[in-house]
Amino acid sequence: MRIRVRFSKTGKIRFSSHRDMARCWERALRRAELPVAITEGFSPRPKMHFGLALSTGHESLGEYLDIDLREPEAFALDLGELPERLTPVLPPGVIVEAVSIIERSELSLQEAVTVCTWRIEIPGVSPEDLNAAVQTMLDATTLPVIRERKGKEVADDIRPGILGLRVLGATPPDAPESGALLEAELATQPRSVRPSELLAAFDPPRNEGRVCRTHQWIITDGARREPIPAHATSRTPAEAGVR
Amino acid sequence: MTDVWPQLEPLLTKVAKPARYIGLEDGARSPHHAPEKVAWLLSYPDTYEIGLPNQGLQILYEILNERLDAVAERAYAPWSDLEGMLRERNIPLFSIDSHRPAALFDLIGFNLSAELTYTNLLNMVDLAGVPVRSADRRPEHPLILAGGHCTYNPEPIADFLDLVVLGDGEEVIAEITEVVREWKRSGRTDGSRENVLRELSHIVGVYVPSMYEVTYEGADLVAVTPRYPDVPERVEKRTVADLADFPYPKTQLVPITEVVHDRLNVEVFRGCTRGCRFCQAGMITRPVRERPAEQVRTMVEEGLRRTGYDEVALTSLSTADFSGIETLVGDIVKSTDDGPPVSVSLPSLRVDAFGVGIATQIQRARRTGLTFAPEAGTWRMRQVINKLIREEDLYSAVEAAYANGWRRMKLYFLTGLPTETDEDTLGIAELARNCVQLGKSHTKSPSVTVSVGGFVPKPFTPFQWFGQNTVEELRRKINLLRDDTRKSHGVQVKWHDPKATLVEGIMSRGDRRIGAVIEDVWRQGGTFQEWNERFDLDLWLSAMASHGINPDWYAYRHRTEHEVLPWDHLSAGLHKDFLWQDWRDALAEVGLPDCRWTPCYDCGACTGYSIEHIVASATPPAGGSQGTGQDLGSSVPVTLLGRAPVKTGS
Repeated sequence: MRIRVRFSKTGKIRFSSHRDMARCWERALRRAELPVAITEGFSPRPKMHFGLALSTGHESLGEYLDIDLREPEAFALDLGELPERLTPVLPPGVIVEAVSIIERSELSLQEAVTVCTWRIEIPGVSPEDLNAAVQTMLDATTLPVIRERKGKEVADDIRPGILGLRVLGATPPDAPESGALLEAELATQPRSVRPSELLAAFDPPRNEGRVCRTHQWIITDGARREPIPAHATSRTPAEAGVR
Repeated sequence: MTDVWPQLEPLLTKVAKPARYIGLEDGARSPHHAPEKVAWLLSYPDTYEIGLPNQGLQILYEILNERLDAVAERAYAPWSDLEGMLRERNIPLFSIDSHRPAALFDLIGFNLSAELTYTNLLNMVDLAGVPVRSADRRPEHPLILAGGHCTYNPEPIADFLDLVVLGDGEEVIAEITEVVREWKRSGRTDGSRENVLRELSHIVGVYVPSMYEVTYEGADLVAVTPRYPDVPERVEKRTVADLADFPYPKTQLVPITEVVHDRLNVEVFRGCTRGCRFCQAGMITRPVRERPAEQVRTMVEEGLRRTGYDEVALTSLSTADFSGIETLVGDIVKSTDDGPPVSVSLPSLRVDAFGVGIATQIQRARRTGLTFAPEAGTWRMRQVINKLIREEDLYSAVEAAYANGWRRMKLYFLTGLPTETDEDTLGIAELARNCVQLGKSHTKSPSVTVSVGGFVPKPFTPFQWFGQNTVEELRRKINLLRDDTRKSHGVQVKWHDPKATLVEGIMSRGDRRIGAVIEDVWRQGGTFQEWNERFDLDLWLSAMASHGINPDWYAYRHRTEHEVLPWDHLSAGLHKDFLWQDWRDALAEVGLPDCRWTPCYDCGACTGYSIEHIVASATPPAGGSQGTGQDLGSSVPVTLLGRAPVKTGS
């Protein structure tokens, strides 16, 4: 049986890396005593499949992880109870929001997710000024950037990967530095656009404040949905009381 | 300001590995500070990855936080990238539990396990906003103290420490807390710092360097004497009589980010009586005190369940010597059989087939490499250092390892040992080649890695009188070994930088005059000297030159029997005449079997403190003591678990 878990990662824990989180999850699954399927071979590992890596320092309200469970033990599990079972064995700031069963035939998270929604704090700019810059950016047909790929500098155009930009207003009162809050929808395929690349493409380039991934999207036949069906959601991220 | 997090947070996006500054480990406490509570900042003078697993600090962290009158948090050395930003913005050193400025604590206690971290200690004290020299501190400043193996000769850093703790910390930390609590209550008035230090010097195991006068005659140290009649002439180490009373850590910290020894660690015994003459740890932690097997099993079982780790290490100086180790390991393996796979590791493996048998039993997964430490290349040399492993022992161990599926071996050796000849050095290559040869009947390409470290004589060992090899001599020996193995297929030689060995040697046996050198090197930016890429010998040599200190005199000179050693006013319980006799025996190539199963040599560690070896079984291990195969009979002079030993201290 394969289950998909949605979790948030906010607060101090955002400074842990993707690799750190993978190890925390391994330990959490053992602590929760879930019947996790184990890989064969010299170095047996629990069968976990992570979604798109979240950069160290970024928060998220929508992280996903697929876990293979052993049958028949998994059939005895109460999936609705899993968020309450997993959250206490994960680091403070990591909250499991929802769990659902998925088909093994489903595409992996890394293949299926094509768009992410980001909330980006941009210090030192007013919402008005940012709005103007956003318009200029959206009006542009190309946004050439220099990327480093395998040690070589390569020219690339990130404009096709910018699917939507919206200034939400000023940064919240608890922000370390005041400025404007931007919502961005950025493609992850064929080449993903990172928030830092987006900010570097502004004229003048903007600094990155706090960054939060709010959603990941799967697009099938033009319709977008989140990797876990809405009805499986025990709580919406907003209800979970994060930031 | 009691929390630097708001200033720290924006910096963490700009530094390497920010997770090492956030805390949040499972097992971390939520400290509640109050004026009537003594606040300890337990610190490690190296990065978080190196310092977090330190079991000593974790034990004290729990013991202190269990007390109603104390609270403890932790700090580690920030890496240079963050340090630069902290200094630029005047943000002080902070605890990682609640990001509290270090100077708000009453005591900052360091664990010192390596001499090359001394400059980091100074850097952390300075970053805390506390004067680095003890003499410049005022009542409002925290007390700066240190414990750990290096503090058996604290003289090089004596001017920077308010107090030093010798030996096991479990009990003495409570006594220090009580004295400091009263000092706090009295308001820490002007001039009270001297009084509280004097009061602390009365606690057994506590050494207050400023209470002692050091006398020199020319270049020679002639005496270290107390300045007051109530200050002890000789400071004795502390020894916990029974490990069963201290089942710590109960909730080992599980870090978010990867650290060294990232696994559950359960200490199975403290102390070692094998008597390897180069080994300071084995000498200063006597007598042997085993944890009851039942307690070990419980700590392993509960620890695995709580932490989610899939690896547990049974730690000690020589775990295969634990009484009934086979049963214990068997029980642990059995108890984890139905859960997810767990591997058990022994950090030090005994060099014989018995040791490999145990390793085979426990490392059912990930069977890749095995490490042995013969330490020297010839039987003659091993008799000198009292590591009584015969060639047959090593070969039977290696044969057993290959037969059980291991493919790679690592062999640890020391070079620069007393009386070492080129024949001994080349013996290392010979052993390695023979091990490769043994592997050929089991695998196509057996591989043996030889790791060679330069020997540094340590205080309270029989080799404390030995003038260590020069950097040039160590380099020559390493080259000899490299040349000799160049055409030996399957043998790789790795070595430690001999330059660092010189500085370690100077600090290991130095006196208070070295303090000025350490301070200079720190002021010149010489931090993280234990990191290869940061070590800078020129910095040390020029600092020594500017203070008129001759490195050769400290490192390369043989000491004479009656020379006053800088640590003679401290005691690890060992009689100096026992150590001297052992030094003479070493030079005469006479080995000394393990006293757990032979009559007492009167080293002083048991008798001086009225504590005896506490072992669970009076039967010596298969193969006899030290693998010498001698018949030890069945009756041995040890105390069995269950009999209450006499406690020392107050």
